[in-house]
Amino acid sequence: MSNQGRKPGSGTATSPTASDPQPPQRPVGERAPGKAWGRRQFLNAGAAGGLIVILVGMRHESAEAGTPPPGEGEGKSAPPGFGDYNWYDHYWAYVIDTTKCIGCGSCMRACRRENKVPKDYFRTWIERYELREGGEAHVDVALNEQASFDADALPAGEKKAKSFFVPKICNHCAQSVCSQVCPVGASYQTEDGVVLVDAERCIGCAYCVQACPYGSRFINPDTHIADKCTLCYHRITKGKTTACVLSCPVGARMVGDLKDPKSPLHEILRERRYTLLHPELGTHPKCYYIGMDIEVK
Amino acid sequence: MDGYVFPNEVNVVWTVMIVLYPYITGLVAGAFVVSSLYHLFDRHQIKAVSRFSLVAALVFLMFATLPLLMHLGRPDRAFNIMITPHFTSAMAGFGYIYSAYFIVVAIEVWLVVRSDLVKRYESGGLLTRAFCSVVLLGDRRDSPEMRRANHRIVRFLAGLGIPMACLLHGYVGFLFGSVKANPWWSTPLMFVIFIFSAIVSGIAVLTFHYMTIAWINGWKVDQECVRALGGFLWGFMIVAVSLEVLEVLSIAYKQTEEWELLYLLITKKLFFTYVILQYLVFSLIPFFLLGINTLFRLRDRVSNVVLWVASVMLLAQVLLMRWNVVIGGQLFSKSHRGFTDYMPGWGTREGLIVAVIIFTIPFILLYVFHRIVPLFPPEVMVKKSKDATAQG
Repeated sequence: MSNQGRKPGSGTATSPTASDPQPPQRPVGERAPGKAWGRRQFLNAGAAGGLIVILVGMRHESAEAGTPPPGEGEGKSAPPGFGDYNWYDHYWAYVIDTTKCIGCGSCMRACRRENKVPKDYFRTWIERYELREGGEAHVDVALNEQASFDADALPAGEKKAKSFFVPKICNHCAQSVCSQVCPVGASYQTEDGVVLVDAERCIGCAYCVQACPYGSRFINPDTHIADKCTLCYHRITKGKTTACVLSCPVGARMVGDLKDPKSPLHEILRERRYTLLHPELGTHPKCYYIGMDIEVK
Repeated sequence: MDGYVFPNEVNVVWTVMIVLYPYITGLVAGAFVVSSLYHLFDRHQIKAVSRFSLVAALVFLMFATLPLLMHLGRPDRAFNIMITPHFTSAMAGFGYIYSAYFIVVAIEVWLVVRSDLVKRYESGGLLTRAFCSVVLLGDRRDSPEMRRANHRIVRFLAGLGIPMACLLHGYVGFLFGSVKANPWWSTPLMFVIFIFSAIVSGIAVLTFHYMTIAWINGWKVDQECVRALGGFLWGFMIVAVSLEVLEVLSIAYKQTEEWELLYLLITKKLFFTYVILQYLVFSLIPFFLLGINTLFRLRDRVSNVVLWVASVMLLAQVLLMRWNVVIGGQLFSKSHRGFTDYMPGWGTREGLIVAVIIFTIPFILLYVFHRIVPLFPPEVMVKKSKDATAQG
């Protein structure tokens, strides 16, 4: 997926920092001097005009692209506007330890505050799984303002076998199908492995919403363009962590740089058993789930 | 809402406008194929509707993008699909495929109606002459040689247009068929199903519209033409419906995990619109009606009523098919654990009133076109004699 010409960060969809009669003997189509145009002249002029429009459009696009893309110049430089941050030096991934999550909803509230997520839509959410004896699963999600769950999900009298929480977030797939299907290239992957939406390009067709297997995208009712988790790109490119990770009281969420040898993610992925959501779809998600049950889809 | 639905999937994002879009492009593709049956494959039985079908294709094509514009979150950026196409997306080809096909159909219509426009210029008033002069690009010559030359070009364009029509509409099917996250859409058969259902809807709309116009104007219906259209309609609907059924049967037979979800979708959420309406009412009844009409020599009046009813029903069948594909594919959550609901609004931007208006405009434009240049040959626009009226 090419990111050439793109200004990293400028496209984070809703990132808070984004800133006449003719003589009959005349041959068909030939134009008489000083008279109305014949078909041939008209079509020739039309073709030339169309070509000019396309060329001007392409030039306009290239002008819009602004400075040369990072890395095309010398030494794969830092993207403009991000100080010393060089996106070629990083590759972000996310780990969710489902055995730790207590379903408190802090991450959901923090994400909503940090990224101004519109009401009734979610960049991240927590699913509660309650399995009855016999194996049937009851799944719900905290949709209220407090991001808190009702006390009892199972009807009274039903015995619970096991229950657990599973935080969900954009999987920032290495082969992101949402970026593939975007007809205007507004959904894209940064060189450092984050899937973003260019707020200046998105036409709001919602093809990416349909294509995402994880239900992570939505059409923002205020901006009318695609919206999703940005992995707090405005924070991680400044050395900070994401709002959801920062707010998690039990360390169930971790964001890390796979190009950083000191990142704790290496040890976790080396030593813990993990799984991915829908690996069969070939999207190569980069959100690794530890201790996830087979019921989770 | 039943079961667990991902929180961002509660609302259906591809609405009735996205149902209308493939429906209109299907009419375009189908109508063009009918016109090519005459212009390219010399099926002279359908001469009565040859020009009508071509102009209908153009007029529907002019409005095919309107539902999309109504749907886009940022319609002001719609032209981005032409100037910043992202070619890994099937949708990125839309602007180019649509524009190329529009140019082919527009040139073909222009060449077909050119001689009539010259005659209209010579007999018209000041405004008509000005209008015809502009449309004729100032070239008002007409001769048998020019008509022969134009006919050769029309023949070429009719041949070129068939693959382009299939590409335009097949591509719409491909847009759905390539969404691997959606088991109701994700099938390689989808684009073939869309092409055949498009041809069915195209023949159906021409049959319905020609017979309605003939009855309103008291014209004698060209029996050879409508019988031929009925035969084509029967054949193409058999292929289209068979493909639709085969697709579901193959998924059901494999009994994969996805079938558990699709079974619930078919037997609960889509039972009425899919099983009852699309198949049992609007496929089975037209199949028998058209079969009887094709296999037995019915009296003209009976045959015409049968054909008219069957074509209207098949128009509804294809519309239902589009609905069940587009909306049906969004009624279940990708959590595979729950279903949501969808009921289009009335007066909203993507509501039913706007959909009806968008679908009505091409028919009004066809009437206006007919007022300028006749859509039917003179021998078709002949009033019925009293004897003929008595016979129907």
